[in-house]
Amino acid sequence: MKELLETIVRALVDNPDEISVNEVEGEKSLILELRVAPGDMGKVIGKQGRIAKAIRTVMKAAAVKENKRVVVEIIQ
Amino acid sequence: MSTVLEKMGRTVEEAISRALDELKVERSQVDVEVLDEGNKGIFGLIGTKTARVRVTLKETPGERVKKFLDEVFEKMNLNVQMVVEEDDKAVYVKIEGEDSGIIIGRRGETLEALQFLSCLVVNNGKGDYKKVIIDIENYRKRREDTLVKLSHKLAERVIKSKKNITLEPMSPYERRIIHSTLQNNKYVKTYSIGDEPNRKVVISLK
Repeated sequence: MKELLETIVRALVDNPDEISVNEVEGEKSLILELRVAPGDMGKVIGKQGRIAKAIRTVMKAAAVKENKRVVVEIIQ
Repeated sequence: MSTVLEKMGRTVEEAISRALDELKVERSQVDVEVLDEGNKGIFGLIGTKTARVRVTLKETPGERVKKFLDEVFEKMNLNVQMVVEEDDKAVYVKIEGEDSGIIIGRRGETLEALQFLSCLVVNNGKGDYKKVIIDIENYRKRREDTLVKLSHKLAERVIKSKKNITLEPMSPYERRIIHSTLQNNKYVKTYSIGDEPNRKVVISLK
């Protein structure tokens, strides 16, 4: 899951080296804390959160196969 | 994989055109790095230096999309096959395989998200804007047929009941299918209400 998020985000940002994803594993859910370079925030959030929403939709689809709930948090 | 080529010439321009000839591509399809400006010298005799350039063949938008999606599907553990085609305006991706359902998602939600993200990936590095259209197991065509049938059916119902019908929220593309299907209907008209992403089509009597 973590790798998938990194793959998607890497393709979108200008500074792929500054991406970090922290996994917080719960009983039924998995929280992924995403950090990117300050200048790349817009590239992962988008107008009215459109990009963030698309990223979460794809992550949710991936979670179906693993039978988990996945939450993506973008951290400033 | 990108092809890299180094060429020499009397001038930078000459070196570039030699590289383009060899690769059989246009100037817009490569990145050029000048390694040595070269120098014509005085009277072309004293102090002449040849120019040297490194030419790198750019990835086409289609190749970039394919690389991105291949990696995403691999990380999602999905078993699908993909065919990518491209022309001046757009990149077309066709996907088939046993896991297609997961990629389509509820009412095509995941498909839209993947298409949107691929579009960002392609248009990230400036250049001309390219559309990306992803279709899975003919989903788009089937969905279009469904929407056309649905709009005719609902139009009938509006005419009979004389009451407006508001449809579920849809993407601009899907709303357009309904608008154009009922455009020439003598008895009903269509319009949209609400804000994205919850914009809905309303069918009402004329």
